[in-house]
Amino acid sequence: MLFSVIATITQIHRGILLCDGTKDSESFTAAARDQFQEELVIRPLHSGDIYASFQFRTLWDTDFLQERQKVSHYRLFPKSLGQVLSKFSVRELHISFTQGFWRTMQWGQPFIPSPPGAELWVWFHDTVSDVDGNWKELTNVLSGIFCASLNFIDLTNTVQPSASFKPLGLGNATDHRFLRYATLPREIVCTENLTPWKKLLPCGSKAGLSVLLKSEKLFHSSFHSQAVHIRPVCQDEQCTSKAWELRQTLNVVFDLYTSGQGKKEWSLFKMFSRTLTEACPLATSSKVYVDITDNPELSPATPLLSQAVVLGDRRTYSVFDLTRAEMFGQLRSLNLLLRWKGDSDMLRPLLHAERYVAGFGLQTGEIHTVIYNNHPYRAFPVLLMDSVPWYLQLYIHTLTVTSKSRDNKPSYIHYQPAKDRHRPHLLEMLIQLPPHSMTEVTVQFERALLKWTEYTPDPNHGFYVGSSVVSALVPSMVAMNTNFTQDQPLFSSFVPVKEESSYFVRVYTEPLLVNLPTPDFSMPYNVICLTCTVVAVGYGSFYNLLTRTFQVDEPSLPLAKRLANLIRRIRGVPLLA
Amino acid sequence: MAAPLTLLLIVAVTIRAVLFRSSLAELISERVEVVSPLNAWKRVVEGLALLDLGVSPYSGDVFHETPLMIYLFHFTVDYAEIVFMVSPYFVDCLSCLLASLDRAKIAIGSNNLKSDLLFNFPGCLRHIISFSTCGLNNAIIALFIFCTLKGSALLSGILLALATYQSIYPLTLFAPALLFFLQRLYIPVNLRRSSFWCFTLQYAFIYVGSLVVITGLSFFLLGSWDFIPSVYGFIFSVPDLTPNIGLFWYFFAEMFEHFRLFFICVFQINVFFYTIPLSIKLKEHPVFLIFMQIAIISIFKSYPTVGDVALYMAFLPAWSHLYRFLRNIFLVSCVLLACSALFPVLWHLWIYAGSANSNFYYAITLLFNFGQILLVSDYFYAYLRREHHLTHGLYLKKKDGTEATLVLK
Repeated sequence: MLFSVIATITQIHRGILLCDGTKDSESFTAAARDQFQEELVIRPLHSGDIYASFQFRTLWDTDFLQERQKVSHYRLFPKSLGQVLSKFSVRELHISFTQGFWRTMQWGQPFIPSPPGAELWVWFHDTVSDVDGNWKELTNVLSGIFCASLNFIDLTNTVQPSASFKPLGLGNATDHRFLRYATLPREIVCTENLTPWKKLLPCGSKAGLSVLLKSEKLFHSSFHSQAVHIRPVCQDEQCTSKAWELRQTLNVVFDLYTSGQGKKEWSLFKMFSRTLTEACPLATSSKVYVDITDNPELSPATPLLSQAVVLGDRRTYSVFDLTRAEMFGQLRSLNLLLRWKGDSDMLRPLLHAERYVAGFGLQTGEIHTVIYNNHPYRAFPVLLMDSVPWYLQLYIHTLTVTSKSRDNKPSYIHYQPAKDRHRPHLLEMLIQLPPHSMTEVTVQFERALLKWTEYTPDPNHGFYVGSSVVSALVPSMVAMNTNFTQDQPLFSSFVPVKEESSYFVRVYTEPLLVNLPTPDFSMPYNVICLTCTVVAVGYGSFYNLLTRTFQVDEPSLPLAKRLANLIRRIRGVPLLA
Repeated sequence: MAAPLTLLLIVAVTIRAVLFRSSLAELISERVEVVSPLNAWKRVVEGLALLDLGVSPYSGDVFHETPLMIYLFHFTVDYAEIVFMVSPYFVDCLSCLLASLDRAKIAIGSNNLKSDLLFNFPGCLRHIISFSTCGLNNAIIALFIFCTLKGSALLSGILLALATYQSIYPLTLFAPALLFFLQRLYIPVNLRRSSFWCFTLQYAFIYVGSLVVITGLSFFLLGSWDFIPSVYGFIFSVPDLTPNIGLFWYFFAEMFEHFRLFFICVFQINVFFYTIPLSIKLKEHPVFLIFMQIAIISIFKSYPTVGDVALYMAFLPAWSHLYRFLRNIFLVSCVLLACSALFPVLWHLWIYAGSANSNFYYAITLLFNFGQILLVSDYFYAYLRREHHLTHGLYLKKKDGTEATLVLK
């Protein structure tokens, strides 16, 4: 009886959290069928650092893009994002904020890659007529939701990749007119961005795994990336029903020396200065996976083990199911301790990319992108996407691709040159990488002189060029699992695995910092005056020569005689000589 | 006269061929004083590469040549060197022709050819071995002047249309060409006479007709009107602020946005503005008027290079007889030589060494343009003064019989 009263109250006051809300979800399933899962993966890294990856997923059976029935009842899915999706007819939205650069060679491949700064890419629905207008409004709305300066995204740094960013969710769209990609390499991530991100979680930062997300520890790390990915997915293998999936991911790498005091001994408390107290009551599953493939010491030990093949590597995980109360023991807190020693061999990442600027002076330069294929015997193609701002004028006839010091012609090149102050360069190439090789892509550019108002307040810091994106289907040494199961761990189901023998990898290179020649900012008035003076000198000389004629110079009379002449003229008397 | 001319031309060919092959060519073809965004060879190659990739060369902002240039270079891109070697000869031959045709000149002789090439050397050296289409544009203007002087109105109109099609500024050469033909055909310049209007309309028809035909051909070449904002819109609105030897780049780099349109209009009108007053003043001297117009275009155009400077300097030997009336020639030569030496130095200091800033290069730009203005106005003064002496005698006396001085009043 009391139960049903509570259920009714929750039905009226939606959004109020109840302690046992998971049981109530069935009582009003007609309006919203959503479920929430949370997961934390802790992976000790080869270099002594530790990598923690949070994923929070909300699945919701609804159709935002339905015209007839507006969605108004939000429970687990955040209302702000839902309204954004329906207002702008968004089919897929991926936004990430990253501080730091992912060091692939030291840390391996991340579960969710992201470039430094902010990155936003969106697939709009094909019913949208004005994609650019929707994009502009969307960036401004997201800028407000995440407290980030995404309003700096405009047409001068937005591109439409033709092959690189295919939809990660449902949909067979190939018309890249509905895709927009932009990156802000200069964007700084801080607590101000973390707080609204945490607010989107159903349990906020009060219960479940999100209690660990405290900014004073999270930002004291080598790498911090928080992202939101929204896409439509299939609920089952036959795809009889579709649902919207919202994944909020947070990847953080704590440094051995700055956070770990130099000891390869980590615990939840050392990393996050908090311990876990309970699972999120609204979550159907709340798990912690600890990677124990390299046999570290883990306490408390748990009998639950799981194996997963992710990123071409079969790894063993210890699973802690937080929905079971005995996990927390008598003190109602769970603190995992992890200790390892010795240097085990890290699996070399098969695909790795670097980028740098060559040249000297402020007139020209060269962008070099180096892509490494570390597979011992398999060659595979990669798609390289470069978006260069308009003020670095690329010369595509100087594009060279060399592998093993031999020319390697790309099989597909899509190049859209920049229009000054309107759009950036977009270069996409499909390059076949020979096995165990290094491929170098070079292109020359010239630096433009901008108008003095177009420089940032610190012009000598330089201008950022966004990261290149290398996307590839890397051949896997281990057979990948293509079966779709509901209880698959979240970290292995982010990218749909279509075939057994390869997995999808996206590698971001470093952003570049390029100096441009600057005018003297204190000089506008002086320049205008001086240039106009020179033009006036020209005008004056020509005016004199055009309007005057040559005459013999007759000396003029002194002043006294001229006055006398004046008086004589009045009197009518003959004038002086 | 033919033998020394051919000998000197052969010498010039050899020197140019040697310089083209040297490493100096690549160095100089990158310099901003020599190439501008409008006529850099690197951009032509880029435009052709874009065409090969299936993208229109005008879709980006890197290529600003006219479609007929694409057509020309599409076939001759491997022989570009020969094209660039051949084109400056037209300018040379023309200046020789001018020197020999100017009837009012007092001294005639083969020493004019030597002085001609002497003049050419310092001014044209950099422009000669640079890979830029400026040489071709200069060749077209030189051919136009040649045809005008030879009296062929049809060819002159067509070539003028071609020159205007390449860059808009030669439009101002319509008036002097027209005046030359009227003078040649003994038609008085009288707005009430029907013969004047008859010929003017004929010439205008040839000119405008050829321009329309050429523009139409360009449209059909690439199938779109994209080249008009890319070429002519670019020349007029000056969006690219790459430093060059002109006055526009720094001025518009430091311009307040609010006034940008106003000053663009002022600076562009400045080029066309001197046509009518000069035509009125020099209506009996159309050849000198052509020189003045070319000089004004070279100084005040939006993207000048040393190639444009070389064009009007090549004609200076034709007026070597004005030397005795020039007032500032020593100062002007010193200024121009000093600036030519300082341009690369200050560019290096700004861009490579980082110890100077843009103001240094800008100052030399100002000085160089000031020197050019002084040179042109000095020649104008000398010409007018000589005309005055031709009518009033060389040694003038005042009323009381003493030696007089001549002033402009």
